[in-house]
Amino acid sequence: MTKTYPKASRPSLDNVSVSIEKGEFVFFIGPSGSGKSTIIKLLLHEVTPNKGRVVVNGKDVTSMRSWKRPHFRRSIGCVFQDFRLLPNRTAYENVAFALEVIGKTKAVARRVVPEVLELVGLGGKEHRYPHELSGGEQQRVAVARAFVNRPLILLADEPTGNLDPDTSIEIMRLLDRINRTGTTVVMVTHDSNIVNQMRRRVIEIESGRIVRDQARGVYG
Amino acid sequence: MRMKYVLSEVLVGLWRNVTMTIAMIITMAVSLFMLGGSGLLYQKVGDMKDLYYENVEVSIFLKTDATKEQVDALGQQLDQDPLVKDSTYVNKDQAYERFQQMYADAPDLVSAVKPDQLPESYRVKLNDPEQYKAIYDKYKTAEGIDTIVDQSKLLDKVFGVLSGFQNGALAIAMVMAVAALLLVANTIQVAAYSKRREVAVMKLVGASNWFIQAPFVLEAVVAGLFGSILGLLALIAVKVLAAGSSMAALEGLITPISWSDIFLTFPLMAAVGGVVSAVTAWVTLRFYLRV
Ligand SMILES: Nc1ncnc2c1ncn2[C@@H]1O[C@H](COP(=O)(O)OP(=O)(O)O)[C@@H](O)[C@H]1O
Ligand SMILES: [Mg+2]
Repeated sequence: MTKTYPKASRPSLDNVSVSIEKGEFVFFIGPSGSGKSTIIKLLLHEVTPNKGRVVVNGKDVTSMRSWKRPHFRRSIGCVFQDFRLLPNRTAYENVAFALEVIGKTKAVARRVVPEVLELVGLGGKEHRYPHELSGGEQQRVAVARAFVNRPLILLADEPTGNLDPDTSIEIMRLLDRINRTGTTVVMVTHDSNIVNQMRRRVIEIESGRIVRDQARGVYG
Repeated sequence: MRMKYVLSEVLVGLWRNVTMTIAMIITMAVSLFMLGGSGLLYQKVGDMKDLYYENVEVSIFLKTDATKEQVDALGQQLDQDPLVKDSTYVNKDQAYERFQQMYADAPDLVSAVKPDQLPESYRVKLNDPEQYKAIYDKYKTAEGIDTIVDQSKLLDKVFGVLSGFQNGALAIAMVMAVAALLLVANTIQVAAYSKRREVAVMKLVGASNWFIQAPFVLEAVVAGLFGSILGLLALIAVKVLAAGSSMAALEGLITPISWSDIFLTFPLMAAVGGVVSAVTAWVTLRFYLRV
């Protein structure tokens, strides 16, 4: 597919064709501005392609009406470089918020939130506010929030971009653990260390085109 | 559960931005007060027109030196006229009685006038009050007639003034409504900005559009309803104050505005306040949050 933003002089993604299987773990790598985040946005139905189709979870979402988007998003978890946590809510409340705003009851939240916080390694820190947590811990909260609804797909846009190498590896292990539960993980990264260690499928993009698609690949 | 969340969000939202909320409520109140007021006036003017024009009379005043024959001839002619529904002869004494009643407040004036000085007249009711001109043309040259006075001319003037008031109130209501709309739009933008992180997370995790919008829209609706309550209180205050002032004298002339009239305008004011606020908030959110 092709995506050209309004007012942009050239396409951000140019005739890109990728297929990702259920349960796969895929890295998207490439220089800044190459179009990696645009892929995430297309998968989230935040933008739509100018040409071609986007199929997610077996459903063609290319021309999905915007009122159907909320329901569609519930099957996708998402993590970003800047965590996007609510600063005036504790770790527990941040995760519970994601459940409650899609109509889950407080009782459900009380059952599943401690579970998922335990899973990401934050047991005992449920009642800390984001500013009382390290960057790595904040990102764990974000991962917990993305995963609490047991999505089929987890998207991560440079999730380790703000973290030191050791913390990055920990987050990486966490995403790997989530992938092993059967969740498809799509991760955009700059971090050669991580890519080289994991030996998973690597798709490299340059100026909106795929220049490499390698199973068990390494960085550059 | 979700309702509780939405309601607490609404109250927090209104309180967080309390100066703006107050401004919004006051403008809304003034606008709705003017709207309610002009609605009442419209209704009253309608009632009064029916009442007054129904009873409108043409008075044919006779010269003081008109002879008995001339008076009787005129009376017969009027009785046979197809334009005339009914005519009554008013002699000097009856005229004086009416005069006394009319100016009961001014005894000096009454004592200065003697029955002799008042003219005799015919009070003529027309089948169609609009036909005044035809009557006037027909009788202006008849012997013994001094002047012909059409009450509807006077009524036209009175109603002209009243509908002027009404249009003025409507115009103010409109201008204030525009101000209220802008304030609602602005308040909603500020509210959406202060909750932008929450909204971003809600969109990300797939909260439904109505769930994201409901607290903002309800915030505006609550302000609109408060505004309409204030507007109602203002109408009540005007009635109470008017009853105790010189306006009370007008009550005999203008059919009085009853309490039930006032309370019946409240649903209108509340509906306009609520719906207009809700629509404005919703449209603002569509542009601002793109949800
Ligand atoms: N909203 C937008 N409007 C216009 N151009 C955009 C927009 N978002 C991204 N771009 C452009 O699209 C290209 C790819 O952006 P992006 O996918 O964010 O790259 P990456 O995530 O790989 O750094 C860049 O050239 C960028 O300038
Ligand atoms: Mg990017």
